[in-house]
Amino acid sequence: MDGLFDFIVSKYNYWGYVVLMMIGMYAMIVKKNLVKKIIGMNIFQTAIILFYVSIGAKRDATLPIIAHGHGDAHHAVHAVDYMNPLPHVLMLTAIVVAVATLGVALALTIKIYKQYNTLEEDEINARLRGR
Amino acid sequence: MPLIAAFVATIAGWVNKKYCFAVAALGLTGALTSSVGLLSYVLTHGPVQYRLGGWAPPFGIAYQIDPLNALILVVIAAVALLNLLGTQRSVALEFSEKIGAFYTLYLLFVVGMLGIVSTGDAFNLFVLLEIASITGYALIGMGRDRAPLATLNYIFMGTIGASFYLLGVGYLYLITGSLNMADIAAILPQIYASKVVLFAFIFCMAGLFMKMAFFPVHGWLPNAYAYAPSAAAGLIAPLTTKVMVYAMVRIALFVFKPEFTFEQMGIGEPLVWAAVAAIVMGSLLALAQRQLKKMLAYVIVAEVGYMVGGFWLGNRAGISGAVLHIVNDAAMTLVVFMAAGNLFYRLKGDSFGALKGVFREMPVSMAAFVVGALSIIGVPPTCGFFSKWYLISGAIEAGHYGFVAALLFSSLVNAVLFFRIIEIGYFEPFTHANHHGHHQPPVRRFREVPMSMLVPLLVAAGSLILLGVFSGDLVTKVIHLALPGQIT
Repeated sequence: MDGLFDFIVSKYNYWGYVVLMMIGMYAMIVKKNLVKKIIGMNIFQTAIILFYVSIGAKRDATLPIIAHGHGDAHHAVHAVDYMNPLPHVLMLTAIVVAVATLGVALALTIKIYKQYNTLEEDEINARLRGR
Repeated sequence: MPLIAAFVATIAGWVNKKYCFAVAALGLTGALTSSVGLLSYVLTHGPVQYRLGGWAPPFGIAYQIDPLNALILVVIAAVALLNLLGTQRSVALEFSEKIGAFYTLYLLFVVGMLGIVSTGDAFNLFVLLEIASITGYALIGMGRDRAPLATLNYIFMGTIGASFYLLGVGYLYLITGSLNMADIAAILPQIYASKVVLFAFIFCMAGLFMKMAFFPVHGWLPNAYAYAPSAAAGLIAPLTTKVMVYAMVRIALFVFKPEFTFEQMGIGEPLVWAAVAAIVMGSLLALAQRQLKKMLAYVIVAEVGYMVGGFWLGNRAGISGAVLHIVNDAAMTLVVFMAAGNLFYRLKGDSFGALKGVFREMPVSMAAFVVGALSIIGVPPTCGFFSKWYLISGAIEAGHYGFVAALLFSSLVNAVLFFRIIEIGYFEPFTHANHHGHHQPPVRRFREVPMSMLVPLLVAAGSLILLGVFSGDLVTKVIHLALPGQIT
């Protein structure tokens, strides 16, 4: 299992994603505007996407396309020379999921705006309590 | 199968709205028959594996069916089909112009649920989780009144939950280099001491707890379910939380081995106490509600506490009870939500005030509701009693008397809750809010909902009693086969 960690030379990518996650979480908890909350949610998801992308990357590695791989496979393939493509492929799916969530959330905000004429959470709550 | 039907339903929606329902019903009937067939096949022949695209695991995505998830598949398909048949009228009433969209989302939701249950791939589980969740958001968001706002809260919580789960899977992938559940389970025992595994476990569980509305993070559930359109509530309320509990069982027992989950982690005890808190708080909050659907939603919060607590007791009786309760609770919740949907269809409201004298008006729906209520309380011939019995005997075996007390307490509170409704519906005379003193004698005619809404409800209510009668067989022949042998 050590081999899997060898290519993680420094850990700055992890710090990056943790910070982004916390920014997103902060926005979702603290902000009163619903659109800002949704953007916070999106930042949160993006942080995790970045985390996955970064675990697939390697220093001095190239795209995982094996040139001249078939017909004349006389040379050995060094796995070290290639990045791990799987996390990236997984993240294509996760990006689609994130986009879909964002779309549903924004569609709902349009509906909420039509209903209450505002997107500030405290104003909506005040109105709900008033009724 | 429902996936194909979902596409056909969309197209049919463009052609003619009448076809959507037929296509959806056909698709779900197909799903039900095939899952029943699968269950009987699995019970006689052992687990089945289906490889997507013909790639062998661990590289390809495999769908793995064993007795545990075959059972849950049958439950999901049956609940979805009954609810679909029972709510045809109210769907037509509530979304006259969006029927095509509604049935498409409905089927996609069922696809997501079936997929979560049958998949053998940790990342695939996330994707299907999100398919089910996003269609669930859309279905709830179609409701009126405060539904969009409640849905938005659900989206926030659900997304954080799913992201946590994804992060946990990321850690697992980082340390094992595999996404296939069986493969991970084979690699993990050598590295249980690693902190990465620990955090992967914590993140997966935290994410799933959020999705299943386990007590401290249940905030999204009551409003989302109370304001959802009745047809959607009858689908989502029985399935979402139960399938999430199933996912927890799957991850905790089959990805991480039981000895890791229960012995090495040492979080069983605190989680059972959290479940105790969930049961007590869910019951108390339900007691405070004046609205039928909201009350039922808080009852679900308590029921999630039953299942999580029973599972984390970590002994055979407790886990069997939890799995049996997944099945039973799906059926009970279906019955009470469908009955509530019928009441809503006729009365146009579900505050307790609107329910006065409702027995005279809709005796059959209320009778079904009473059966569901008795089952939730845990009265013997119905299935609720048996799963509670297993849970309590598991708790006594584990020496966890707090959990026993919480279960009994919640049964008492449920009895109070439901008898209050029965009392309002049966004994309180219906009076018009007439301020001029001319009290009209109550004119309440027999106004039962149409037959097409009644029959599925009665079938569901009958299934509660059948499940109760045959629960012994269910436990010994299916659930005991499904659990790994190490659990004693």
